[in-house]
Amino acid sequence: MASSETLTSTEYIRHHLTNLTFGYHPEHGLDFAHDMDEAAAMGFWAINVDTMAFSLLLGGLFIWFFYGVAQRATAGVPTGRQNFAEWIVEFIDENVRGSFSGQNPLVAPLALTIFVWVFLMNLMDLIPVDLVPWLATLIGIHYLKIVPTTDPNATFGMALMVFILVLYYSIKIKGIGGFLGELTLQPFGKWGMPFNLVLEGISLLSKPVSLALRLFGNLYAGEMIFILIAIMYSGGLVLAVTGLFAQLAWAIFHILIITLQAFIFTVLTIVYLDMAHQKHH
Amino acid sequence: MNFNLTLIGQMIAFAVFVWFTMKFVWAPIVKALEARKAKIAEGLAAAERGHHEQELGQKRALEILQQAKAQAAEIVNQAQKRASEIVDEAKQEARAEGARLVAAAKAEIDQETNRARENLRQRVADLAVAAAERILQKEIDPKAHGTLVDAFAKQL
Repeated sequence: MASSETLTSTEYIRHHLTNLTFGYHPEHGLDFAHDMDEAAAMGFWAINVDTMAFSLLLGGLFIWFFYGVAQRATAGVPTGRQNFAEWIVEFIDENVRGSFSGQNPLVAPLALTIFVWVFLMNLMDLIPVDLVPWLATLIGIHYLKIVPTTDPNATFGMALMVFILVLYYSIKIKGIGGFLGELTLQPFGKWGMPFNLVLEGISLLSKPVSLALRLFGNLYAGEMIFILIAIMYSGGLVLAVTGLFAQLAWAIFHILIITLQAFIFTVLTIVYLDMAHQKHH
Repeated sequence: MNFNLTLIGQMIAFAVFVWFTMKFVWAPIVKALEARKAKIAEGLAAAERGHHEQELGQKRALEILQQAKAQAAEIVNQAQKRASEIVDEAKQEARAEGARLVAAAKAEIDQETNRARENLRQRVADLAVAAAERILQKEIDPKAHGTLVDAFAKQL
């Protein structure tokens, strides 16, 4: 909005969907990218500073909050903060107990981290789309995406780590032979081996991809709708008032989506790891 | 949607957060929760025990109270019995004492009567002797007839 007088709607949207990328540009050298194309031209060896900064900040917030509680955790009457942390921990614990049948001390902390971290990153979506970028403009930063989960790098980063864990535990529990057997010997027995491999391979690979894309897609679309509503503010009084209500409604609905997406990511992670731990299929 | 180094950075950050949570966050909180669960269970059990003990105590207190009541009633009965006994004894004693006193008084009266009779007899004898002396002044020698007169006086 702040710069909508000088931008067309397309440019406004493009502007909002561009990360603050730092990297080596073939023509301009080591610098922040000045637009989407420059960011693309930097290739793989560039970094989205905003995604990293906000996700680390929010992860730090999560760690700070829970570590503080863990340090002072007592079996006596809990304080408000401990109570809140315990509520989340119990919620995660319940889900892990319900979906995960194996014995692995990693799964519950992993689920807690995913749930709270993803939720916090999603929560950034409820901050008005222009507020933080506008403040950043004041100190000379021209691109800023404050919702790390609208950056596929963040969602795929997590999904890939989960995928690595799934592969690791599949091989550890079932052995390489068992794992390969699972990939090739079913559902059609050993005579349908190539077909089995294609089927099971796709099903295996679809796990991290769907995990990452579901979260990214939901949040990206949500952000997009916020941006579109924000454009309405520059379309005259009637559109602006409509936009106000639309934004309110969407924000309220979005509270549900961000929580749900964090929860889905968590539960699917637990389920995938449970499948990796199961010997008999 | 272009992938770059951020992907690796996010993976590392994620791994570090998970590691930290596993190492320093999850265990203490779950331990505290378990400890509290145990504490609450213990407290409930203790409350149950206390309740039971209270019931027992109440029953015992009631028993003791009943015993005490019975004892008290017995003591009162005994005391009443003893009191009536004492009263009876006192009555009897008083009666006996009265009788004794009456007897003593009677004896004393008898004694006095005898003494008076004796005195009277003595005086009558004396008077008789004196009278007889006067009458028989000349004829009778008191020394010769004294025994006779005495014997006579005794018959009075």
